[in-house]
Amino acid sequence: MNLLEKLDAAAAARKALLPNGIGAFGIPIEEVFSATEARIGDRRVLLMGTNNYLGLTFDPECIRAAHEAIDKEGTGTTGSRMANGSYFGHRALEREFADFYQCSSGIVFTTGYQANLGTISGLVGPGDTVLIDGDSHASIFDGCILSGADIIRFKHNDMVDMEKRLRRLGDSAETTLIIAEGIYSMLGDQAPLSDIVQLKNKYGGILLLDEAHSLGVLGKTGQGLVEATGLLDEVDFITGTFSKSLCSIGGFCVSNHPQLEQLRYVSHPYIFTASPSPATIASTRAALELLRKGTHLRDKLWSNCQQLYSQLKEIGYQLGPDPGPVIAAVVETPQQALLLWQQLLEHNIYVNLILPPAAPEGKSLVRCSVNAAHTAEQIGYVGDTFAKLYKMINVSS
Amino acid sequence: MTESNYDEIMQLLCDRLRDLASTDVLITPETNLINQLSIDSIKLLNLIMEIEDTFDISIPINALTDVQTVGELVDLVHKIKTTSS
Repeated sequence: MNLLEKLDAAAAARKALLPNGIGAFGIPIEEVFSATEARIGDRRVLLMGTNNYLGLTFDPECIRAAHEAIDKEGTGTTGSRMANGSYFGHRALEREFADFYQCSSGIVFTTGYQANLGTISGLVGPGDTVLIDGDSHASIFDGCILSGADIIRFKHNDMVDMEKRLRRLGDSAETTLIIAEGIYSMLGDQAPLSDIVQLKNKYGGILLLDEAHSLGVLGKTGQGLVEATGLLDEVDFITGTFSKSLCSIGGFCVSNHPQLEQLRYVSHPYIFTASPSPATIASTRAALELLRKGTHLRDKLWSNCQQLYSQLKEIGYQLGPDPGPVIAAVVETPQQALLLWQQLLEHNIYVNLILPPAAPEGKSLVRCSVNAAHTAEQIGYVGDTFAKLYKMINVSS
Repeated sequence: MTESNYDEIMQLLCDRLRDLASTDVLITPETNLINQLSIDSIKLLNLIMEIEDTFDISIPINALTDVQTVGELVDLVHKIKTTSS
């Protein structure tokens, strides 16, 4: 089988899995009307599958900041952070992230994916070990692969399993980077951070927490799981993304370890790419300010999360263990998931479809992402539609 | 390295792979894990965790890049088990 035939085989497998649902992945969004509504084909749909947790994509302050930056600094930096791509805004945003997390330094990356890729591959290398959760995001896994370090997985959020693996590492536990996530993107559950910190302190190692989905969502000021658990000082490195609560694109890492600065000179995903555009940086800075004082947005977000989570639970859907902005209905077969996804779209609701092997334990997911801009009526409509479809989905299995 | 250890690992892996495989194929050391047994990446990663627990060893996932056949997987497990004991 040559290289192109391998791709043909993968395409055939995808078509066999989704005979009527090819459009489920990479669906074209024709127009975006607001943080909650868009047009897909000729349908005006309710957006329930975005990561726009605080609903700030159309915030006037963020838009104004982006406009001003384009007018003053142009559309792009056309260069790496290492060369000509470090404008005032990039450095200011780094200081603002460091200040937000009470850390000595911060680094801005061009995407959230690169933040994990660049931080992990900068911190560890061949001969070191990374200990990662079994449900880790691809950016974490790819960062580990890029680093050349030995990769050991523990069962998702299973602390007995994690300790067993740390113990087996023996002396090399001290040169191990432990990685967890504030909120996991598949089921929306949170890492047991307190237990992870205890194990780190018992066996040694350095802890990196990815707050991609928890930034803006957890904690009084929106720092994430570190704030919600009061464990900010126990986490060595925090990474995150701008493409969820901050409504742009980019990523960051903050730390009190002075060695973080060295990543600027060794991390390929930081060096060998153009820096974020001025407009991206400007809207992110505006959004970070709104996020920090956005208690009302978090209150609204959590009210929406509780409403949808409890309604789906009551109907009988199998959900992740924690209510939160990521609410995934777990179904047994890809066919059931596809049917549910298609029927929701028929009812003008867009959600995410996740099939094996992307979904954990061979299950399939229909995943909703709740945001602060959703109205109680919109959330109610989604819940009622899920209720209407429950019997159909279960009869079809 | 003892022959019995090697055989024990081979037997155990063949049994588990037979359960996991989506096809009914005779499993030999030359059997390809992906092409012949249709073991996807997640199944393989979970199998590695099981093997780690069975033999109380650590198997770095990146060591799997050189593993394509059942025999190569057995070699890897045996090598790690021998050096760690």
